[in-house]
Amino acid sequence: MNTNGVSSLQIRKRKQIKPRNTGDIIFNLANYSIMILLVVVTLYPFLHVLAVSLNEPYDAMRGGITVFPRKFTLVNYQETLNYSQIPWATVITLLRTFFGTLTSVLSTAIVAFVISRRDFFARKFVTVLFIITMYVGGGLIPDYMLLRHLGLLNNFMVYLLPQLINPFNVIVMRSYMDSNIPEELAESAMVDGASDFLIFRKIVIPLCMPVLAVIGLFVAVGQWNSWFDTYLYCSGNPRLTTLQFELQKILTSAAASSTIDYYSTHDPHRAMKVTPESLRMAMTIIVTLPIILVYPFIQRYFIHGLTIGALKG
Amino acid sequence: MKATPVPESKILVPVGKKNWKKIIKRQRYLLLMVVSFIIWILIFRYVPLWGWVMAFQDYKPWLPITQQEWVGWKFFIEIFQDPVFYRAMRNTLAMSFLGFFIGFPLPIILALLLNELRNIKFRRTVQTISYLPYFVSWVVVASIVFRMLSPTDGIINQILLSLNLIDRPIAFMGEPQFFWWIVVFSTVWKEVGWNSIIFLAAISGIDPQLYEAATIDGAGRFRKMWHITLAGIMPTIIVLLVMSIGHLINIGFERQFLLRTGPTRDMAEVIDLYILTYGLGAGRFSFGTAAGVFKSVVSLILLTFANWLSKKTTGYRVI
Repeated sequence: MNTNGVSSLQIRKRKQIKPRNTGDIIFNLANYSIMILLVVVTLYPFLHVLAVSLNEPYDAMRGGITVFPRKFTLVNYQETLNYSQIPWATVITLLRTFFGTLTSVLSTAIVAFVISRRDFFARKFVTVLFIITMYVGGGLIPDYMLLRHLGLLNNFMVYLLPQLINPFNVIVMRSYMDSNIPEELAESAMVDGASDFLIFRKIVIPLCMPVLAVIGLFVAVGQWNSWFDTYLYCSGNPRLTTLQFELQKILTSAAASSTIDYYSTHDPHRAMKVTPESLRMAMTIIVTLPIILVYPFIQRYFIHGLTIGALKG
Repeated sequence: MKATPVPESKILVPVGKKNWKKIIKRQRYLLLMVVSFIIWILIFRYVPLWGWVMAFQDYKPWLPITQQEWVGWKFFIEIFQDPVFYRAMRNTLAMSFLGFFIGFPLPIILALLLNELRNIKFRRTVQTISYLPYFVSWVVVASIVFRMLSPTDGIINQILLSLNLIDRPIAFMGEPQFFWWIVVFSTVWKEVGWNSIIFLAAISGIDPQLYEAATIDGAGRFRKMWHITLAGIMPTIIVLLVMSIGHLINIGFERQFLLRTGPTRDMAEVIDLYILTYGLGAGRFSFGTAAGVFKSVVSLILLTFANWLSKKTTGYRVI
């Protein structure tokens, strides 16, 4: 009896009990090798960029650096941070990430809450209104003209307003609310005289923290990573530059293979200390570091969010 | 009897006419909460749709909208006679199809292989690492790609040289014939891990007893993968396949913009970049809007087709 219990546990845990033949062993070997290769191919670029960024620029030019700096130095970072635009770009990026996420999550939650209420008289109308926009959009030029007419060009609000609500997120939140807010809760609150807004604030929001957090994370990453809106709408105002945009500027000058780097045209003295390549490596790390640092801790929330969304979609 | 509030969900539409005033009054808070966002979406998503009329006008920004001159299909004809437009179409479709044929199967294969890993810790670690590039911005990825493919410092060239496959470094980023492949493989590098999640979730829904039964029947590793795992997630695959059709023309333009160089510009110009360069950039708003309208219409057609297709195929598998 005992042995039976143990062996059925084993069967439940693994689909195969032991490698059955050499074909199996070879397959496992190949599989593990492929996975290791995948890990290397994924991580090596980051480690390499990090290593070059921490290496003396003229030494790095000699080549041969893989994942460890040969001659450690922080000069690349010093120069990047001293370069006048980066600190300000960091401020703007942080501001837009914080406020953009806050406003977006709140707005999405409100809309999701309202359309999750089955008795809401305009429910179908609002839902369809939002869903249609998932399939058809204005296009590059009409969007641009609109923002121009609204005075949002070269304006910080252009980082918050146009992308305030993503209908997909609304759907995800609504399905979460549908399955997690028991109707009786809302009903008893209403019997007690609570207004809809109070129900939203005191019942729905606390209960929906997980999905709010997941959506918030996705929005935050999106805000942190965006650069094209800066390029298109804020090129005229250097005080609205973002980290990604700064990196993009130096990247494009590299792509144009200008040996006179973007940097040296602004300050010839500085150009002596670092090479454009090392500068770009340092800037790449600065721009992506927060994501990489935070990622291991929150990645499972992203997965959770994806499965919620996928189940509904 | 005192009128107790009836639970909202049990309210049926009364026979006879609805008392709108009463409904709105009772739901006034809900309405209040949502009305600003209705206004928001009308402004930011529906007004631009109205902007499509610019495609039929000779739009001059200094004139108010009512005084614009109507030119009908003039700009559409101009677009369809522009060889550069066809080049943009070619580029868009090429990268779309290449990206699809390479980028669609790979996450599936990855999911299948991950599923065969028996060491759960190892598998979780690999998975976590594989999702990382998805969260990094395309600017950073482009920066990395430039470095990896650099003729002087890049690892790819170093590997090829040491394997004696080439005798001089190749400047990949500057060679037009490589551009599409660079875009496709960068995308794969960035997204294969993340895209495998859906398939892994689908795999976890397969009944484990199927595997036991197959083992008893003497099925080997590959037969099980083919007949059970792959067959089990076929519905998911089909759904995603159909969804991909809908997005064929909407491949975006960020990576092409970031990865292009002087020599590769002609291969990199997708429709959105075409609109950006010759429409917005040249101040030819009507022209650019017309191209955008065309793109949106094609996208809508594809999406509708994809929807119809998915309705037809949901329920039975292709295999």
